[in-house]
Amino acid sequence: MSSQAWINLAYLLAAMLFIVAFKLMTGPRTAVKGNYLGAVGMAIAIIAACFEKPVVESMTANGSWPLIMLAIGGMIGGGIGATMALKYPMTGMPQMVALLNGFGGAASVFVAGAELWNASAAARPPADPLAPWTQFAIATALTGLIGAVTFWGSLVAFGKLEELPQFKKAWTDPNRHWINIGLAVATLLLIWGVCANPSSNLLFWLLVVAGSALGCTLTLPIGGADMPVVICLLNSYSGLAAAAAGFVIDNSVLVIAGSLVGASGLILTAIMCQAMNRSLVGVLFGGLGTTATVSGDDIYAGKVKSASSEEIAMVLEGADRVVIVPGYGLAVAQAQHAVRELANALEKRGTTVEYAIHPVAGRMPGHMNVLLAEADIPYEKLREMDDINPTFPETDVAIVIGANDVVNPAARTDPKSPIAGMPILDVDKAKTVVVVKRSLSPGFAGIPNPLFAADNTLMYFADGKKAILDLTAALQQG
Amino acid sequence: MSLFLPLIADSIAAEDPAARFIRLLTVFLLAMWVGFEVITKVPQRLHTPLTSGSNAISGITAVGAIVVAGALATKGGTLLGFLAVVLAMINVAGGFVVTHRMLEMFQPKKK
Repeated sequence: MSSQAWINLAYLLAAMLFIVAFKLMTGPRTAVKGNYLGAVGMAIAIIAACFEKPVVESMTANGSWPLIMLAIGGMIGGGIGATMALKYPMTGMPQMVALLNGFGGAASVFVAGAELWNASAAARPPADPLAPWTQFAIATALTGLIGAVTFWGSLVAFGKLEELPQFKKAWTDPNRHWINIGLAVATLLLIWGVCANPSSNLLFWLLVVAGSALGCTLTLPIGGADMPVVICLLNSYSGLAAAAAGFVIDNSVLVIAGSLVGASGLILTAIMCQAMNRSLVGVLFGGLGTTATVSGDDIYAGKVKSASSEEIAMVLEGADRVVIVPGYGLAVAQAQHAVRELANALEKRGTTVEYAIHPVAGRMPGHMNVLLAEADIPYEKLREMDDINPTFPETDVAIVIGANDVVNPAARTDPKSPIAGMPILDVDKAKTVVVVKRSLSPGFAGIPNPLFAADNTLMYFADGKKAILDLTAALQQG
Repeated sequence: MSLFLPLIADSIAAEDPAARFIRLLTVFLLAMWVGFEVITKVPQRLHTPLTSGSNAISGITAVGAIVVAGALATKGGTLLGFLAVVLAMINVAGGFVVTHRMLEMFQPKKK
């Protein structure tokens, strides 16, 4: 067997390990093993790459220098990556993933750029230019575009999630659609240019610049609550960029791994959009597009009951079953450890405590589960929406912390509501609902929540973390 | 099976660009399909580790970076390739380590 055959076999093994890794991601126990297998697959692919013909030939000509250079690059990158991954707090996971994602996208751009640089130098234009409209030319153009959008989109997402002051306000220039259309036209022209004239490095880098601008202008207007969708979509793009780079260098392991990631990101994007009751086009191109027609005053007038921590503690003392509903606000208030304390106090009294997790709770898909797991809350107590919804009628107290739209019964009852049909947690069916919230201000959808005015609802107006700490103290005294 | 082997061997020996493209396209579409099938079964609570794990796998572009940088074909190409190696390895190492950290938290505590 030729050495290329061995290398291809190693790539095949790596690709199969990636698929097994994804397969093992279905359970929390097996997922650890899955992650290891994924890393092993990556190591095999990387080692095999060092035996590829171009590398071996350059080593015959230059000694071990190419290998030393690769090792240095690998160690610098691996060191930076591992340090970042170990240092970043769990609440910062979304921006960390966004940043890593961006680096992957940029790497794909540089692979295509380097390959084009080498190929155009070898072809010695203009006497013998590279043939137009080949797989190489088209894939190079697409890698440059998708990779650049991924990198800059991810950097903007990072800035927003990290809450850097420059990104505090979403970019809502009324002309932004025209700017986007202009950039899109320029991008299409440049794609055509690179495909028709692949020997030109200049056209490729101009395309990268246009893609970079597009990555920024497409991500800047997107609000904080839509970030889960953006993260998923960028994740998908980074995979597609790697797959496109695979078409540039004719490498099937890049194509396989890239398309697996592309598929994974697309599925998560669809799940997130569905859970927020929004179309992908709506998320990408226009705020929410609805204006609240019902004023909160009519719904809330005279019906909202506010309670103190002592009163709520008394209700909790009589409860057999309590369900905690954590939302985006809990992640912002970093109240997950306080929640764990409250659950401990309740469990000591013999109360059953479970957690109802909405698919978009937190800032990226599944983020709330990670935050609660970090606070040592057992995995088994974190229940998914479809799983826990039928149990609300048997629940004595549902405590809603920092969630609003995802518990709005209008989604179920009012067909005219902007969130009609959005899957929600049926907390209103619990015997008593305690809502911890700073004020009656509407959630992301900008609509009032009839839950707050319901007969069985007690409002507890306070900062999420302080409220839970006070509640725990009141419970322990009582 | 033996009937097809010579055909496959022939097609690789003299693979024209269109055939090569279609071969990669086949791989691409089938892998997409496998991805859809496998990933729809991942439960919601593991979606964050899934995102960061798949993120690490998208660092596969490191393979491309190694081949193009290691070739030392031109100065410009090598420099770009070297940058690609560094960036891709940040993605790979960061992705796998962070995924491991998250998954560790889902394990039962031994205390």
